[in-house]
Amino acid sequence: MKETEISKHTISVLVDNESGVLARVIGLFSGRGYNIESLTVAEVDANAHQSRITVVTSGTPMVIEQIKAQLSRLVPVHKVSDLTLAGPSVERELALVKVIASGEKRVESLRIADIFKARAVDATNDSFVYEIIGSPEKIDAFIKLMEPLGLSEISRTGVAAISRGTLTM
Amino acid sequence: MAERILSGSEVVLQALADQGVEVVFGYPGGAVLPLYDEIFKQNRIRHVLVRHEQAAVHAAEGYARSTGKVGVVLVTSGPGATNAVTGLTDALMDSIPVVCLTGQVPTHLIGNDAFQEADTTGITRPCTKHNYLVKNPDKLARTMHEAFHVASSGRPGPVVIDLPKDILVGKAPYLEPGQVQHRTYNPVVKGERSQIEEAMEMLASAKKPILYCGGGVINSGTQACKLLTEFTRMIGAPITLTLMGLGAYPASDKQYLGMVGMHGTYESNMSMHDCDVMVAIGARFDDRVTGNLDFFAPNSQKIQIDIDQSSINKNVPVDIGIVGDVGHVLEDMIKIWKAKQYKIEANALDSWWKEIEGWRSKRCLSYKQSKDVIKPQHVIRSIHAATRDRKTYITTDVGQHQMWAAQHFGFEHPYEWMTSGGLGTMGYGMPAALGVQVAHPDATVVCFTGDASIMMNIQECATMTQYRLPIKTVILNNRYMGMVRQWQQLLHGSRYSESYSETLPDFVKLSEAFGFTGLTCDKPADLDDAIKKMLEIDGPVILDVAVDDKENCYPMIPSGKPHNEMLLAQDTSGDEAIDSDEGMVLV
Ligand SMILES: Cc1ncc(C[n+]2csc(CCOP(=O)(O)OP(=O)(O)O)c2C)c(N)n1
Ligand SMILES: [Mg+2]
Repeated sequence: MKETEISKHTISVLVDNESGVLARVIGLFSGRGYNIESLTVAEVDANAHQSRITVVTSGTPMVIEQIKAQLSRLVPVHKVSDLTLAGPSVERELALVKVIASGEKRVESLRIADIFKARAVDATNDSFVYEIIGSPEKIDAFIKLMEPLGLSEISRTGVAAISRGTLTM
Repeated sequence: MAERILSGSEVVLQALADQGVEVVFGYPGGAVLPLYDEIFKQNRIRHVLVRHEQAAVHAAEGYARSTGKVGVVLVTSGPGATNAVTGLTDALMDSIPVVCLTGQVPTHLIGNDAFQEADTTGITRPCTKHNYLVKNPDKLARTMHEAFHVASSGRPGPVVIDLPKDILVGKAPYLEPGQVQHRTYNPVVKGERSQIEEAMEMLASAKKPILYCGGGVINSGTQACKLLTEFTRMIGAPITLTLMGLGAYPASDKQYLGMVGMHGTYESNMSMHDCDVMVAIGARFDDRVTGNLDFFAPNSQKIQIDIDQSSINKNVPVDIGIVGDVGHVLEDMIKIWKAKQYKIEANALDSWWKEIEGWRSKRCLSYKQSKDVIKPQHVIRSIHAATRDRKTYITTDVGQHQMWAAQHFGFEHPYEWMTSGGLGTMGYGMPAALGVQVAHPDATVVCFTGDASIMMNIQECATMTQYRLPIKTVILNNRYMGMVRQWQQLLHGSRYSESYSETLPDFVKLSEAFGFTGLTCDKPADLDDAIKKMLEIDGPVILDVAVDDKENCYPMIPSGKPHNEMLLAQDTSGDEAIDSDEGMVLV
């Protein structure tokens, strides 16, 4: 890859679930001017008090290397894994999408939801809330299609990711 | 061993004692009164009362940098902690091991905007290697020990422990240091063998090699410095040191080219520019070293050894990056070099040295002596000459005087040079000297400072007096913020905006007011006597030397320029300007 080419990477970080750890990670990104396209965090092992942070970021190969090295040297960080480099991985995001419409637009939104396997998790006479799960690109596409159909609010979780096959962190 | 239940303050003091701490630099206040009470009751740990919390951290840095041990700071909550921030940032930038205990309001008041509450862990997160807020007494002892481990291992740095008052007053179990093991933090010390082998092969094939070494070698310890010297002599290559690395290799050695970087020597920078294999050891390619990255050592292969993975490939991509402790890696390098009977080709090395001698012959550090006005460089050289036969430690403030000290005082050993490199903190010099003198009561400690810098922690004169610390503070008084004036001259059309020291105090009277001797000197002929007198006085002295106010610090790589476009003193008329908008936007 060209040294100046910017590419997107999904990085998983296993951390001790102690207070301030998320602030450390976010502070590192803002303080050093790195991008955060998406960031999710939740405890994954209650007994071991470990959380997993998934960050989608972008940069030149050198910047991506820096990001990983900087993350690795944070004291509460157990492990940093670049899922984009580690091989094939699964990336999923969940979005709740509110569409306020009536008549043909309302019906059309239902039809598109069906194609995208999005579920209506709330409905009133004037609105739907769709739940859609998929890759960020799929969700982007869904949202784009909803735009002319009364799209009025979006809540997205950000990306959770894991490598395919037997490979673990 | 059974757990002992103590008070929180007792746990803190016990942990300090078990960590081998001899001295704490601090300043009391409401939130840390229980700790001060405990300090009062014991005599194992000495407390040095500074006069400003920033100075406490710089003193701890001076102590740490001159001993290789961890420096310890104790300050109160709120303003105590915020005053310490500059020192912490300084220690972070220069990788100095410091543990800073900060008081905090009781846990139940945290978040309530209580009196003297500050979000200390929030504020210090970006300026520490790590920080802790102790909310659970069971974790107090463990946190104390862990803090020392984190501060001193790997790439050293400052660690803050925020201690709510109720934790200090309440009961807490004590745990011995050895019982603590860290789950996530385990810095690599041993370098990857195959990479070191590859690196030695690359170096052995060099025609124009150079070793470029920094503060990491000193942090690695005296043994690492010995190994560096052994290795350098063995391979016969030239070596240059960064500002932070001075003393890691003897300055008087013929393979030493002097300091590298913006105010480094001509021969160092030209050699860096023209080399074909560069070995960076414990040095981080700081912008003050590299100059314009687009033209940095354009025809070289680079090997970098650093304990911090994130220092490798950060600014400058390298061909081989070895993560490990410099001392360990140097040991392996020497073994491999010997085992493989490597030798840099003699003819090539010979003509490389000939080229270097050509650059050396420019005598880039020379300056014109004058009968009427004292040259600042001459002050440094004279003091170097006068202190040669005694154990001497040097601290500096920030500005031209700092660069002149770095250029003209030859450092033969590690740990003898304390300066604020990464952050460039004016006000560092005198408090750092306090810490050095406390650690080495019988040594000569000289602080080179400027007329502007000295004012930034002048209150520490009281600390010098109180503890009878016989620090020799030498003001290279050019009545300007000289370094600012120099940049204004070169980059801003000689418009000396706010850089003149309009109302300086009478430093003799000031010294006397604080209870020690003040001396002045303004004639070249009187300088040696003044220095002699200063060194003979058995107590603190401020020597105020009136130096040439027009003198600029050369050589200089102007910001944004490559190494081979250095300005040399002899090529400058004294009122030249650098024609570069690019340089103007850089710092
Ligand atoms: C705390 C702080 N504020 C501002 C600066 C910017 N600065 C760098 S050098 C300098 C002038 C220092 O003047 P002086 O102490 O007289 O030293 P000289 O350069 O004259 O030797 C200034 C203001 C700094 N480095 N640190
Ligand atoms: Mg000055």
